[in-house]
Amino acid sequence: MRYDMSLPWWAWALMGAGLIAFIAMIAASIRRNNGVKRSLFAAPYTLWMILFTVVPVILIAYYAFTDASGAFTLDNFRHFWDSNYTKNQLYASLGPEAAAFITRGTVNVDTLVYSLWMAFLCTVISLLLGYPAALFMADRQMKLGPSLVVLFIIPMWMNFLLRTIAWMSLLEDQGLINQFLRWLGFDGVKLMYNSGAVLLGMVYNFLPFMVFPIYTVLSKQDPKLGEAAQDLGCNELKTFTKVTLPLSLPGVISGITMVFMPSVTTFFIPRMLGGGNSMMFGDLIELNFLTEGNWNVGSALSLIMMILILVSLSILRKADPKGEGGGMV
Amino acid sequence: MKKLICILLLLALMLPVCASAQEVVNVFNWEDYIDETVLEQFEQETGIHVNYMRFTTNEDMMVQVEANPGAFDICFPSEYMVERMLNKGLLAEIDYSVIPNAQYILDALRNPDYDANNAHSVPYMWGTVGILYNTEMVVGTVDSWDILWNENLKNDVFMMDSIRDSMGITLKYLGYSMNTRDIIALETAKQKLIEQKQKGIVKAYQVDETKDKMVAGEAALAVMWSGDAQYAIDLNPKLAYCIPKEGSNVWVDCMVVPKNAKNYDNAMKFIDFLCRPDIAQKNCEAIWYSSPNSGAIELMGTAYTDNYVMNPTDEEIARCEYFHDIDETFMPIYTALWQEVKNAK
Repeated sequence: MRYDMSLPWWAWALMGAGLIAFIAMIAASIRRNNGVKRSLFAAPYTLWMILFTVVPVILIAYYAFTDASGAFTLDNFRHFWDSNYTKNQLYASLGPEAAAFITRGTVNVDTLVYSLWMAFLCTVISLLLGYPAALFMADRQMKLGPSLVVLFIIPMWMNFLLRTIAWMSLLEDQGLINQFLRWLGFDGVKLMYNSGAVLLGMVYNFLPFMVFPIYTVLSKQDPKLGEAAQDLGCNELKTFTKVTLPLSLPGVISGITMVFMPSVTTFFIPRMLGGGNSMMFGDLIELNFLTEGNWNVGSALSLIMMILILVSLSILRKADPKGEGGGMV
Repeated sequence: MKKLICILLLLALMLPVCASAQEVVNVFNWEDYIDETVLEQFEQETGIHVNYMRFTTNEDMMVQVEANPGAFDICFPSEYMVERMLNKGLLAEIDYSVIPNAQYILDALRNPDYDANNAHSVPYMWGTVGILYNTEMVVGTVDSWDILWNENLKNDVFMMDSIRDSMGITLKYLGYSMNTRDIIALETAKQKLIEQKQKGIVKAYQVDETKDKMVAGEAALAVMWSGDAQYAIDLNPKLAYCIPKEGSNVWVDCMVVPKNAKNYDNAMKFIDFLCRPDIAQKNCEAIWYSSPNSGAIELMGTAYTDNYVMNPTDEEIARCEYFHDIDETFMPIYTALWQEVKNAK
């Protein structure tokens, strides 16, 4: 078999060093807080984190910087820039006829750009739909608010794979929407297997992650603030732009993060609703790991994705330094 | 983790052995790929206990066989995996003198190019790749891969999200071998597939979902394996199956015995048992793939022989090719080409 767990000594050493550094960090924080007893409660979770977060990340880094034989290489990152990297090397060795076909493959870069664009669209649409919904739900004069919250939560009791498959039976050519249109006498419309359907699936699945952080912040807001603003002469619109909106920004930022992150890494939805016509970065990572069995390139792509997410998180952190939006950032 | 699984598997294997010094045979087959009552029948008739284990992909099976020498007496690899196992020297020769029922194997499947004279493998089930089409949605006859590039069928074709199959049929359409390593042929096939996508003919690239979508009438055409095609036709009689005239892929899942098998004689008995016409019939009727057993075909009568999907003619089989194994050194070419097809806009 190609991939076993028999890592070289230095990979183990790296993992060991990572663990020791992590434990040292925790020890330092216990010292700093003088709260040994309180920190003990965190021990189970810390152990869990070490085993299932720290170690896997180190493993991914290990695979990203090695080749199939375990030797150090940067080829996996060259492969990210030029998806034909290995193919081109083979072509070069096969004589001039094959060498004529050497071109830079843009699959990985294209897919990353497409994923970022789709994630951006999904976040913007979720915000435009989610903010008014949260505002409505948090409004104390609305009797419907609490029931709306429940309605938002109920679909989340179901697995997202099932919900996505359910969308298929709505959008298909012979699906419910098209049957209804034909019953009304219209022509059917092509709803499935395009980027629009993928975007719809993403917004549907991730919208609650936008609504709830905003809802939490808004419902905690003291209604007296709004009343005070109106007493001082603000109209409804001014109250919103001067008081409600600025105070809800932490929730908005938290919502943006929570929608953007899963959107960039989406997989399965593009394959189901998009019919595999345009891959997203998550699909590409899955393809490298599962179909092609190329763990090294797959890990390099995952690492690039993680770094991108870290960068965007640190930018957002600047906007909400106190973590008021639920500390998600 | 793998090691742990292997140890557990081995323990599971040893348990019945420890319990009694009974004769055993360790069988490693695909999920859902046998009529399980057949196993009880074998135990009753021979007194040999069957340890039945399952795998889901050829690659999984290969990993297990290499990691656990002697753990399995019979495995069921597909033809390209038989080739890989042969190249790695993992297979024992079959002793045909104790398998009289091997006489029933169809002539068309004998002496295949992946294993000369079937010296190391006995066919178990087989099938083809072809076009499943909706007779109400397609005008004219379907007899060529050409129709997959027909611009009248815009947004009406399901392609297979599988590197070897999609590249293979395109190579066949262009007149090359499915196993060619000619770079110009491969690049031309890639271009052809990109052209098909850019013209908007492809509705989706998928595998498991396609059969149910075809039953529902979502598309006019789909590239499909014969077993899935039969499943769809059973549910929607408007569907029909065709093996295009340019030829296609024919695949065979085989029974093989690893070199270090501990119960070789029992393995031979089990293979002979599965080749017995009444048993082969039971298995065929349970999973509805094509049977390589002429005796079983005779028992099933016209229900089988009149079925074009299950029972293509010898001449059609002759036009088809087996896949040959592509090793790790050449595979990057295939994967890069296929990624470019998937990425084309």
